[in-house]
Amino acid sequence: MTNPILSLNSVTKTFRTGGREVRAVDGVSFDVAEGECLAIVGESGSGKTTIANMILGIYPPTSGTIAYRGEVLPRRRALSHRRAIQLVQQNPLSSLNPKRTVGASLRLPLDVHGIGDRSRRWERTGELLEEVGLPADFRSRAPAALSGGQRQRVAIARALACESDLVVLDEPTSALDVLVQARILRLLKELRERRGLTYLFITHDLAVVRNIADRVAVFEKGRMVEIDDVEAIFTRPQHPYTRGLISAVPVVTREEQELKDSLTKEEA
Amino acid sequence: MRRTLAILAGNPLSALGVLLIALVVLSAIFADFIAPFPEHRGAVVDFVNFNKPPEWPYIFGTDLVGRDLFSRILYAYRISLILGVVVLAVAVPIGVTVGLVAGYFGGWTEAILMRITDVFLSIPPLVLAMSMMGLLEPTLTNGMLAVTAMWWPWYTRLVYNLTRAEKEEGYVLAAEVIGASKAHIIFREILPNCVPSILTKMTLDLGFVILIASSLSFLGLGVQPPTPDLGSMVAEGAKYLPDSWWLTVFPGLAILVAVFGFNLLGDALREIFGVDQ
Repeated sequence: MTNPILSLNSVTKTFRTGGREVRAVDGVSFDVAEGECLAIVGESGSGKTTIANMILGIYPPTSGTIAYRGEVLPRRRALSHRRAIQLVQQNPLSSLNPKRTVGASLRLPLDVHGIGDRSRRWERTGELLEEVGLPADFRSRAPAALSGGQRQRVAIARALACESDLVVLDEPTSALDVLVQARILRLLKELRERRGLTYLFITHDLAVVRNIADRVAVFEKGRMVEIDDVEAIFTRPQHPYTRGLISAVPVVTREEQELKDSLTKEEA
Repeated sequence: MRRTLAILAGNPLSALGVLLIALVVLSAIFADFIAPFPEHRGAVVDFVNFNKPPEWPYIFGTDLVGRDLFSRILYAYRISLILGVVVLAVAVPIGVTVGLVAGYFGGWTEAILMRITDVFLSIPPLVLAMSMMGLLEPTLTNGMLAVTAMWWPWYTRLVYNLTRAEKEEGYVLAAEVIGASKAHIIFREILPNCVPSILTKMTLDLGFVILIASSLSFLGLGVQPPTPDLGSMVAEGAKYLPDSWWLTVFPGLAILVAVFGFNLLGDALREIFGVDQ
């Protein structure tokens, strides 16, 4: 990989709980290429979210380095580093402040990073909403007046507001029902193409992985056990843990698949 | 607004609370117009009409120097309310800020701030106020100071616990990822989510502050004569029970109405905001 946007070099994180040390992430190294979608897969407790939090600068790694475009990120992040890497969380119910309007939540990144002319920022929040397929006047609404899918669209718009090129998606669809899930995935794909975004897609849903990811990194108990192209992972999983994960995916029978195909055609 | 009215209509006790407090507040504000003898708030002596049981024009009777009790109670409300509002206006911002900072930062900041708070909470409130008032001149200002000193830690406790819970919400993480300042996260993101609980507690507390202030003046440590005060009126009248019952009963009832009213109103607010405590 010539020019990775993000590279982790033997990153380790240990937490101390009640005198006992827990190694949440253990010597993880990988690169993320510009424009790709790297899925991070693993069960809960495999260290996926810890990795995301370190990349986002919520807490520093215990050892090892994280570099953004070749520049090692310090323990205390500069504002420009924060702006470069953004996040979409799992639960859109909690990720938007219930006491602030959608517009206020969208305006925050613009204000913090001084993006755009002050007088144009309110307009900009409307444009951001339109970019994720919501009407601009949603900005004066409270999050409580929005559905789960609409809230997740707002959360995505907020991540776009920073004009960052790397977005960490922490199970962005797992709290949504299947139909909404599909629409959000389609939106994420569109945005990636239009804006040339790089995704770090954390999930435990292998169907989603197959749908959106270019490469997959498989985690087990804080270690990365396998990383490969999505096709390779699904056709020739090397590690026993990866095989276990894939064999645990519910399989659609041929009849069901045919039905699904015909329905999709009808829809189209 | 419609929901608020519906809750009030559905709960007669809440409506009663609103009614009682409206009564107390209006009589305090318009005391000058309602009181039949406004000059009786001060050092007036009328030995012709002293110690009279309730009869027209003295509907609550007169005290030992012939002042109209009804007029004095109206003015006493005014002082009680000012005291309550001033105490809370000082105690709440202090307590809330300490609670927010301790809850958000955690670690050493939390340890130090919360232990200081615990020290204040461990002293029985009345004892703290009494010792302060014993050291200082017993004036209205010092009374407020004493009550404030014992009141802020309760808000610290409340807001600290709320903040610890709110801190785990995704919107705080989102603001941190964006790079918002700590001040923004604490005061603009977390605080608004604590406001309903704080407002509810403030309403409940207005009654209790009035009660404590009355207790202090009952002990001779609060507002000094001739300024009318419900606590000192009860204390004064208690010496002449049961013969001159009106000297104690009406000021006592006045305290009851205010405290009870604020309590009911606080419960109503809790319901309107949907606050669990």
